[in-house]
Amino acid sequence: MSATAETVADVERLNEKYKYGFVTDIEAENAPKGLSEDTVRFISAKKNEPEWLLEWRLEAYRRWLEMKEPDWGKLGYPPIDYQDAYYYSAPKSNENAPESLDDVDPELLRTYEKLGIPLREQEMLAGVKNIAVDVVFDSVSVATTFKKKLAEAGVIFSSISEAIQEHPELVRKYMGAVVPRDDNYFAALNSAVFTDGSFVYIPKGVKCPMELSTYFRINAENTGQFERTLIIAEEGSYVSYLEGCTAPMRDENQLHAAVVELVTHADAEIKYSTVQNWYPGDENGVGGIYNFVTKRALCAGDRSKVSWTQVETGSAITWKYPSCILQGDDSQGEFYSVAIANNMQQADTGTKMIHLGKRTRSRIISKGISAGNAQNSYRGLVKMLPTAEKARNYTQCDSLLIGDQCGAHTFPYIESQNRSARVEHEATTSKISEDQLFYCRQRGIGEEEAVALVVNGFCREVLQQLPMEFAVEAQKLVSISLEGSVG
Amino acid sequence: MLEINNLHVDIDGKQIINGLTLTVPAGEVHAVMGPNGSGKSTLSYTLAGRDGYEATDGTATLGGADLLGLDPEERAALGLFLAFQYPVEIPGVAGMTFVKTALNAVRTARGEGELSALDFLKLVRARLKDLGIDEAMLKRPVNAGFSGGEKKRNEVLQMALLEPKFCILDETDSGLDIDALKIVADGVNKMRGPERGMLVITHYQRLLDYIKPDKVHVLAKGRIVKTGGPELALELEEKGYGDVLAGVAA
Repeated sequence: MSATAETVADVERLNEKYKYGFVTDIEAENAPKGLSEDTVRFISAKKNEPEWLLEWRLEAYRRWLEMKEPDWGKLGYPPIDYQDAYYYSAPKSNENAPESLDDVDPELLRTYEKLGIPLREQEMLAGVKNIAVDVVFDSVSVATTFKKKLAEAGVIFSSISEAIQEHPELVRKYMGAVVPRDDNYFAALNSAVFTDGSFVYIPKGVKCPMELSTYFRINAENTGQFERTLIIAEEGSYVSYLEGCTAPMRDENQLHAAVVELVTHADAEIKYSTVQNWYPGDENGVGGIYNFVTKRALCAGDRSKVSWTQVETGSAITWKYPSCILQGDDSQGEFYSVAIANNMQQADTGTKMIHLGKRTRSRIISKGISAGNAQNSYRGLVKMLPTAEKARNYTQCDSLLIGDQCGAHTFPYIESQNRSARVEHEATTSKISEDQLFYCRQRGIGEEEAVALVVNGFCREVLQQLPMEFAVEAQKLVSISLEGSVG
Repeated sequence: MLEINNLHVDIDGKQIINGLTLTVPAGEVHAVMGPNGSGKSTLSYTLAGRDGYEATDGTATLGGADLLGLDPEERAALGLFLAFQYPVEIPGVAGMTFVKTALNAVRTARGEGELSALDFLKLVRARLKDLGIDEAMLKRPVNAGFSGGEKKRNEVLQMALLEPKFCILDETDSGLDIDALKIVADGVNKMRGPERGMLVITHYQRLLDYIKPDKVHVLAKGRIVKTGGPELALELEEKGYGDVLAGVAA
């Protein structure tokens, strides 16, 4: 039985089972425009999902219908028409893809060049027709070695669609366990219509033998706008996971709503690093991605640890608060963030540290940089529950302004219900100093490079948390993101 | 080498430099001395091209090239170096990164191409050794938390690395005790040579005990009012600026 025939058969079964029927042609490449139960069924059928997952999605969809889009962020954007969007397109539809790099926006190519990305990789990133990832990495061999090494260690690293087929028991146990499907408006939307994402499982006592990166995951193209990631670290295990890419990816979807869930059991550690560089729109704010992300970690086991590091330079709108629920005693959560907003970009980002366990510790280092007409907000919650005996938090929140048309805002929320818990918060706001720029320029460093140097210095504490190679790229990215912000 | 002719500079509508004329030939070290408010720092900032310090009249050239129309980094590429009175802190930027960025920027502007990482390191180590400075200084963020002496030594180190054609030392002695002063002056003296000119701006004669000038100029009310040999500095030290200033008013 071919895959398509199987899908059709599944859909027919579904048709019998559900009263809502199924009007969309499953052979179609794309789901029809708009969002309805049919869209949800279509996606689930296309992915040949088990029944429980379809039910799960539908429940998320029904909850979403009853929810309101959050409006508390310091963000302004026109209302999003959720019925005027497509929620599923066939993975290989690249009809509009450029034929070669000659057809790609020269601005994008200029950026690739500055980042020093090889030609082949540029083609993949720009979405040029018929470029496969394994061509780019020259190398079935790299992919094979890579897969073999992971398999030997017992690590599962696959797309979430694959995991749903291969490891349904794990997915079913953990999906929604950290971010419930009705957690918030965008998480509910994602739960209803997520198309793909990554799945990682690190068995007990295993230290993952390499950094895992979506960028290197085979068949990573087209993860789509509603990405869903689930990482489980069993007792005593460790993994470092890199998400995103310093190079801007071609993407025609304006709305992105991802969900990331991390679970660490006793003595396990997950280090999760993100570089987000989606299209921010032009200098007048036209175009640009809206990025509404729910990322949360559950430090379930004693002495477990999660560390979030993010470098956010892209997107027109960023709404993102990677969080940690510190449930296990002596568990630790860290959040290191650099958020750069230039031109008309708006970022409202921060973290939540929820302390439940005894002697839990959290550390927040946030560096916000605003330039042009951008607005950049840090929003963070530190919550000490009554059980959080002797818990500790340290928050440092620094803002840097370039020019006088931009804004930086800090919204720290502290709720402490335990008298032995201690919370420290430090915040600074400064303008990039004319003294510093003149000093650099007197030494021969051009104005834009001087700004990049000073800003990289400002972000250093965070950038040094990134894995080495990523950190070097991220520094270049910081420079590129601020181009045109002075002079 | 450095030729300043009839220079006028206004700051916020107030005339600070008022028809200043001064020539420093290659191979010579000239001192500019003057009381507070005479325009010493304005002169160094104007020559280096700081925003807000624009000449309203007159010319300034280095090796025949017009300085006043250029950006600060272009002046640096021409070989102009200013040792700051108050070197600026740049948190998070390692000294090594800073000097490497500066050196490569200047080399690129001069069409010499960037140095390889290895050649750069060799050069830095050689200069550190010449000046007796510990490499640890370059691992720290630029000037952040440095003592006054460390900051000035860092200026001299940068000067030695960038090999400028012309150096301006703006009140380099300020904030230094006598031992630090000797060390800094020693570094500056090593930079003296037949191809290089220097302008040492100072309020006190003390620095000139260690950096012997070929000529001493007195700056007052935005102009050079008196020029002489090294003995002029001693005379000023002894009698104060009063006599000279009285002469200007007359």
